[in-house]
Amino acid sequence: MDILLNAVTKYPLVTAFVVVGIIMVLSTYIGKIFNNRIHSSAIAIVIGLILAFVGGKYTGGKHGISDVEIFAGIGLMGGSVFRDFAIVATAFGVKMEELKKAGLPGAVALIVSMILSTAIGAATAYAFGYTSAVDMATIGGGAATFIVGPVTGAALGASSEVIALSVAAGVVKSISVMILTPFLAKMAGLDNPAAAAVYGGLMGTTSGTAAGLAATDPRLVPYGALTATFYTGFGCLVVPSIGYMAIVALVG
Amino acid sequence: MVIYGLALMGGCMIVGTGLGYLIGDLVGIDANVGGVGIAMLLLVIVSRRLMDKDQLSKLAQDGIMFWSAMYIPIVVAMCARQNVVAAFDAGALAFVAGLGAVFAGFLLIRPIAALSAKSDPLPPLTEDNPAPAAAMAVPEVAKEVK
Repeated sequence: MDILLNAVTKYPLVTAFVVVGIIMVLSTYIGKIFNNRIHSSAIAIVIGLILAFVGGKYTGGKHGISDVEIFAGIGLMGGSVFRDFAIVATAFGVKMEELKKAGLPGAVALIVSMILSTAIGAATAYAFGYTSAVDMATIGGGAATFIVGPVTGAALGASSEVIALSVAAGVVKSISVMILTPFLAKMAGLDNPAAAAVYGGLMGTTSGTAAGLAATDPRLVPYGALTATFYTGFGCLVVPSIGYMAIVALVG
Repeated sequence: MVIYGLALMGGCMIVGTGLGYLIGDLVGIDANVGGVGIAMLLLVIVSRRLMDKDQLSKLAQDGIMFWSAMYIPIVVAMCARQNVVAAFDAGALAFVAGLGAVFAGFLLIRPIAALSAKSDPLPPLTEDNPAPAAAMAVPEVAKEVK
C-alpha cells in the first residue's frame, strides 16, 4: 500500500497529467454518448468542478481536489503559473487585425461591466441589510471578481465577515461563468473574436472566462483572455476609489 | 530549438508582468494591471515579426503550440482546484450578487460587440478540426530555420 502511495505521490505533476488525461478520455466518451452535442471540454470542466466539490467537502480545504495528497499535482498544473503561460501561448497565431477590431468594444465592455457589477453587488448588499458605503463597495467589488472584493474591503477597512461575503460572491460569479458560458454562448452571440473580447471584458474573471471559452470554442480564448486579464487590476484601481465615492454620494 | 519558442514566450511574459506592475505602481496600487494581456500582445507582435523574417523555426513554433494545446487540460486542472464548496455554501446574498453580474454580462455581449467593425463568426468546429486556439492562423510560410 505504501509503495503504491509512493508511486503516485512521488511526482505530483506527473500524476496530475495522468489524472487530467483520464478525465479528458472520460469526457470524450461521455460526449459521444450525448452525440457530441455537448463539447467534450465542457464535460471535462464539469468533471473538474465536481472533483473540486468532492475534494473540498472531503478535506474542508480551499483548493478543491488538490488538497487531497495524491492529487496535489493538480494544484500545480492548474495554478496561475501554468494557466497564465498557456493563456499567453494561445495568443500565438492570432491576427493583429482581429485584435484591433476587438479593442474598442473590449475596452467599453471593461468599463461598463465594472460599473454594472459593482452596482449590482452594492444594491444586493443594500437589499440584504448591509447599508454602509464600505460594505456595499466591498460586496460590489466581490461581484466584479473575488480579488477586487477583498482588495476593496482591505482598503476601506471592511469587517472580515463582509470580506468573506465579497469573496463568496466572486467565487459564485467565476464558477457560474465556467458552467453557463457553453449553454448561453449561442444566444449571446459569442461566436466571433470581437464578441469574445467583449465577453472577457464583461465577465472579468480570468479563470471563469478561461474555462468558459475553452468549453465553448477554444479558438476564442485569446480574445476573451486578453480583456479579462485587465479586469481585476482595473477593478482594484477603480472600485475602492471612484466606486466607493459614487456609493457614498448615493447612500451617504 | 523548442526552447527558443518557450524563451520567447517567457520573455514576453516577464516583460508583460513587469509592465503590468509598473502600471499598477503608477496608479498607486500594488497589483499587476493586465500583465498577461500585455504579454499576449507582445507575443503576437514579436512572433509575427520573427516569422515574417523567417527567424522562428518550426521547432520553436512547436514549443509555443505545445503550451497552446495544453490549454484545455490546464483549465480542467484549474477547475478541479476551485473552491466549489464555498460557491455552493455561499448563501443568498453572494448568489444574487454573483449571478446577477453574470446574467447582466451575457445580456450585454451583443449590444457592445456591435460597436466593432463586423467580425465574422469562426467556421464551425468539426470532428477532425478540434482546433487548439493557435492552430487556426499559423501561416504556412515559416520554413525550417536552424
